[in-house]
Amino acid sequence: METLAPKIIFWVFTGLMLGSALVVVLGTNLVRAAFALLATFFSVAAFYAMLGADFLAGVQILVYVGGILTLFLFGVMLTNRIYGLELETATFQLGSGALVSLTVFAVLVTVVLTTPWSQTALVEEGPTTPAIGRLLMTEYVLPFEIASVLLLVALLGAAMLVRRRIDL
Amino acid sequence: MALKRPALEATISNALSALVVGGAAGAVVVIALIPMIAGLIRDGLAARLTPTMTSVASIAIGVGATVFLITQLPIFLIWLERKIAAHIQDRLGPMRVGWHGVLQSFADGLKLLFKEDIIVDGADKFLFKLAPFLTIMGAFAAFAVLPWGEGLVISNLNIGLLYAIAITSLGAIGILMAGWASNNKYALYGGMRSAAQMVSYEIPTAIVILSVVVQVGSLNLSDVIAAQQGGVGGVTNWFIFRLYGLNVIGFILFFICGLAETNRNPFDIPEAESELVAGFHTEYSGMRFAFFFLAEYGAMFFVAALTAVLFLGGWSGPFFSGPLVLFVKTLALVFVQMWLRWTLPRLRVDQLMALCWKYLIPISFVVLIAAAIDGVVGS
Repeated sequence: METLAPKIIFWVFTGLMLGSALVVVLGTNLVRAAFALLATFFSVAAFYAMLGADFLAGVQILVYVGGILTLFLFGVMLTNRIYGLELETATFQLGSGALVSLTVFAVLVTVVLTTPWSQTALVEEGPTTPAIGRLLMTEYVLPFEIASVLLLVALLGAAMLVRRRIDL
Repeated sequence: MALKRPALEATISNALSALVVGGAAGAVVVIALIPMIAGLIRDGLAARLTPTMTSVASIAIGVGATVFLITQLPIFLIWLERKIAAHIQDRLGPMRVGWHGVLQSFADGLKLLFKEDIIVDGADKFLFKLAPFLTIMGAFAAFAVLPWGEGLVISNLNIGLLYAIAITSLGAIGILMAGWASNNKYALYGGMRSAAQMVSYEIPTAIVILSVVVQVGSLNLSDVIAAQQGGVGGVTNWFIFRLYGLNVIGFILFFICGLAETNRNPFDIPEAESELVAGFHTEYSGMRFAFFFLAEYGAMFFVAALTAVLFLGGWSGPFFSGPLVLFVKTLALVFVQMWLRWTLPRLRVDQLMALCWKYLIPISFVVLIAAAIDGVVGS
């Protein structure tokens, strides 16, 4: 029971993630694809939580579901041209396509099977938030600041682009 | 015989009213006694089951109790809101169904249960059906981290505050989904307005929460309450009285943002009835409509409870502590939410965005920076 439950949860979320990702890739309805991403993002957060990365799981939902997905939906709904667009997922060049994808699949399977994966028991690390904060402010303070400035520039650029021109 | 019916009706109505009022009084007593009851249940379970099963069973009981609370509470809150609205407007409000209309919400709920579940022809049927569930999930899942007393919390997450901000954003997705799936211009406008509003007001909310986190040094809601205990009369350590009065500003900001995030007046443009019929839930009827209503009142209660936890000491009170203290504080804040709804006019869309981006966000940054400086100087 106590070892079975995590496995069941793992496979339920794996199924949910792959299923919803397939809807995103194969679906013909753009808005539905965006909503399917919700399930994908959630499953990824569940994996983070199962690996003990509590802070990352929270941030995953906050940033991807609360921010990025909402903006996606916004963009999709506000854009007239793709609003009623039927996406085409036609099949052509079946033979060569199958050859390429089978080759890639074979390579991936070989790599997965031959790589000596280092498996360690899951370490209960406890709350990760203070450690992440400390590392961001000491060892990784430069990348952190560069990312912040980059985001600020992007913000200003977006504001400039949509601004109505005022003749001075 | 025709003359006798009113007498029979009156008897039934009186009996049911007495039952409801007695039930409400009983609920208050039960809430006051929750720590004792929970302790008894925990001991009883621990004696019979393995530790893992005990924690699973106590989580299940906690979830059950919370679901019961937040599905029953709106019945009372809706009645309260109608009464408050009526008295502010110099009316009496519901008076016919039961003593001072206490049975009105039950009657309305029954009516909603029996109504036809209409799904419009042009709607995206799957998303249309899914949206109310997503919205109510966002409102209810947040209650998992709300501490009601010492150790009385369903999940004592150490990222509790992060979880609370993150999971409530599901509500915005649900509303967007409802707006789009209805295939109705008013619903779509309502959904878009709601999402824009929730995304914008999430920023000052998160920053104000961060200012409290900086003062506590933890994202765990139980730690936030522990940091507020003690002081003169058990009151002066509440965060609202700390940081040289700057936390009062944080408190007011958080309350305003809470109103906006739950789409309450003066921020209720997503369902502005004078322009958008009913906004995102225009096409919904029956229980699906009721789910949006439950989600709104659940979210209202949660935001008020979170305000009480962050700034007013949560379940720790001046004379005694426990779930009843948090409940009373939360209801007081809910009362202010309702009071504002019936006294303030609705903001225009541009005014709403200007308020958030030009005023609330800069002020919230001032509070955050002050809290950070105070923390650095203090240590």
